[in-house]
Amino acid sequence: MSLVEDPPDATSAPPPPSDDDAAAAMRRRERLEGAVVTAGSSIAAVLIALALSALLLVITGKNPGDVVSTMAEVATTSRFQFETIQRATPFIIAAVAFAIASKMNLFNIGVEGQYLFGMFWAAVAGAYVNLPAVLHVGFILVVGMAAGAFWAGIAGYLKVRLGVSEIISTIMLNAIALQITDWLFNDYFRFDDGSGSLDVRTKPLPSTAWMPDWFDGRLNSFIVIALIVAAGYWVLVNKTRFGFRLRASGLNPIAASTSGISSNRMVLTAMLISGAIAGLAGLQYLLGEAQSYGPARPSGYGFNGLSVALLGRNHPVGIVLAALLWGFLESAAGPLQLDDIPRSIVNVIQGITLLSVVIVNEVVKRWYTRRTTERAAARLGEGGAA
Amino acid sequence: MDTAPAVELIGIEKRFPGVIANHDVNITVRPKTIHAIIGENGAGKSTLMKTLYGMHRPEKGRVIVDGVEREFHSPSDAIDVGIGMVHQHFMLAENFTVLENVILGAEPVSGRSLDLKKAREDLTFLAESAGFDLDLDAYVSDLGVGQRQRVEILKVLYRGAKILILDEPTAVLVPQEVDELFVNLRRLVDDGATVIFISHKLDEVLAVSDDITVIRRGTTVASVTPGEVTQTQLGELMVGDALPSAEPRHTEIGAEVRLEVDSVTVRHPTDETAKPLAFDVSFAVHAGEILGVAGVEGNGQFEVCQAILGLVESDGVVRLDGRDMVGQSTRERLSTGLSYIPFDRHDEGMMLEAPLWENLLLTRDDEERFVKNGFVNQRAVRAATRTTIDRFDVMTPDETVPGYALSGGNQQKLLVGRELDSEPSVLIAAHPTRGVDVGAQATIWGNLRDARDAGLAVLLITADLEELIALSDRIIVMFDGYVTAELSPSEATPDVLGVHMTGGRVESIA
Repeated sequence: MSLVEDPPDATSAPPPPSDDDAAAAMRRRERLEGAVVTAGSSIAAVLIALALSALLLVITGKNPGDVVSTMAEVATTSRFQFETIQRATPFIIAAVAFAIASKMNLFNIGVEGQYLFGMFWAAVAGAYVNLPAVLHVGFILVVGMAAGAFWAGIAGYLKVRLGVSEIISTIMLNAIALQITDWLFNDYFRFDDGSGSLDVRTKPLPSTAWMPDWFDGRLNSFIVIALIVAAGYWVLVNKTRFGFRLRASGLNPIAASTSGISSNRMVLTAMLISGAIAGLAGLQYLLGEAQSYGPARPSGYGFNGLSVALLGRNHPVGIVLAALLWGFLESAAGPLQLDDIPRSIVNVIQGITLLSVVIVNEVVKRWYTRRTTERAAARLGEGGAA
Repeated sequence: MDTAPAVELIGIEKRFPGVIANHDVNITVRPKTIHAIIGENGAGKSTLMKTLYGMHRPEKGRVIVDGVEREFHSPSDAIDVGIGMVHQHFMLAENFTVLENVILGAEPVSGRSLDLKKAREDLTFLAESAGFDLDLDAYVSDLGVGQRQRVEILKVLYRGAKILILDEPTAVLVPQEVDELFVNLRRLVDDGATVIFISHKLDEVLAVSDDITVIRRGTTVASVTPGEVTQTQLGELMVGDALPSAEPRHTEIGAEVRLEVDSVTVRHPTDETAKPLAFDVSFAVHAGEILGVAGVEGNGQFEVCQAILGLVESDGVVRLDGRDMVGQSTRERLSTGLSYIPFDRHDEGMMLEAPLWENLLLTRDDEERFVKNGFVNQRAVRAATRTTIDRFDVMTPDETVPGYALSGGNQQKLLVGRELDSEPSVLIAAHPTRGVDVGAQATIWGNLRDARDAGLAVLLITADLEELIALSDRIIVMFDGYVTAELSPSEATPDVLGVHMTGGRVESIA
């Protein structure tokens, strides 16, 4: 749970009449401070994780210095920087998908299956239509979102109608999505180009459906869509009535239903939106590098997205930063292997980071809650004296 | 008495942020007696028993058990000196047998394995000595309420309790079960146990207890024996006798009926055989009228309000401004002009982690000035929140602090303000001044009277008789899911109300 939902927002606090200026300034300072506390605790957690990982390397007889220098090289080389962004793109989208559901306390573990399902149908549908460039991409995005939403909607429907925990049903639906797409692919949508190639895949997308590459196959323009998704998420959650009701249902479900917010409808809508966004996560791969669906498709975006959302505290800026960190670690995995550092060390760092984030967050949250209460009391005291 | 008291509480004071739940409480429980503690809901009985059971520590006062002063840091400290508590809500594993439930957490072992044989012997002995007729191998899911309660008592006895605290043990039982329970308790006492039980039912307290301590507004006001008092006197002790006379009003009650509740019955949500939580409740509230609902909490008031709001399924008809609300969602009812100050501000009314202005928006996000085209107009909501904060004297630095930073009384003022400022035509006000100080109470009463004079129909649910009489134009009493009486404020003397509220009959005091 995030401590501070809103970053400092210059537009929203109008200058209050004269003598409130000091109070407004104080308020702004406090909000800024809240954001710093939030970001600071995440950064502290990452540093703790890095220290622990270094310790682990020392214990296993590796030189942490090598890892640091390799990572530094990765961080400063432009092609790796672009690769970091490219790898972060699906994580951003998957994390937003997870975050939007968790705003109302739904734990959508099914992002994995939803993006797979979305990617598959997007590949299939996109290959069989002919449209002008922009429209074609738009069509594929819509198909991916619809398929993802459908798959997540099953879990939402089961929860609303039968009270099935979305945690259980989405885990199951992940497994089912995997098998269904495999079966559909093998039995119906395998494309035979007559060359006898072993590289099996669906019918390739026409070039009107491709998203342009920006740097040598290492950065696809799909990042723009990811950033739009993140920004849209922020607006939806923080600025609209729907987002308000979503958060209200998450913060206090009883109070929300007492004030007439139908929890069933919110569960269903939240799952549909979450699934729709998840349906976009695999499309960078589809529209950028592969132009078709096949057994070589990527996996793990859903679970990485879950981690990124936790690390980014469900806040869009946090999610983008956390996704970049994750993308960076993934980019570094290759060069590290050349240094004889196992790839698993990257997963270990990711795991330790998450764990530290959860622990540090909880500690900081308690401290910050107490401080907010005390400060409110203190300010009342001042007001009384004045 | 030459033996030391089983339990002695001296000068207990327990505070929660902004509230004094208990103060200056003095109780002496003689060993081998049944000691009743009676008082209205919110009087502080449960808080006191939690202190005795080590669930929290008092700010002041001494706890003396069997002549030794004790300081409990947790319930296990209390269990160690032989105090056991049977909670109102049972904590049993349904898919375990009676035997398994009782030994759960206190399993006898021989070597490294469970010694079920010894457990069975011990339990059989305990059950017989208490006079319980229980099949140790029955699954708890197959047991009725009365038997489940015996399992709970057995659990406590099995852990070696000599002093049993029972929190409203009869609230869930039918009359025959109540009688059986008291026979069992008497047997336990004869065998050397001491029983402290909490109740607000005057007749049963008089029938079974050896001593009675009355708690009112957080403090002990009387210690009596059943022989000394009549039911009427006990009722007066419980509700207090310094009631104000109704304040004369200067406006007329309107002719039109704003809220009509017609034969509303709310059944138990899961157990079809259980008696309805509210039964055949009918009343009407006119424009400019405050209808007070008196009654000890948990006698169907909450369920009736839930039915009016459309939050539970119910039989019967609810009409708002003459419109039949059957099949209408909560949201539709609220937009018709219904407003609700909830029973429990934390559970039903607030988002504690959200800023105050979002809490204001919670029930009012249909208002056009707050939301345009689906987007929240934060500036307007915050301005309105500042107005409410000023008008209702909410003590807060500003509207951006989170709800948890406010004291309970100020949270309450914000909720009252939120609902009154939405300009409803019908207001359900449940305990509108619960937990607020005297000054704030006067403010809220004034606000409610002003709104009433402006034509608001108010359904006032309160356990505070002073509030009931100060505000109500008419009073109905609820007990056990029924409306048991309708009175004018002038008829509503403490003894009459006390008897209606506790299930007695008026004839018996005449």
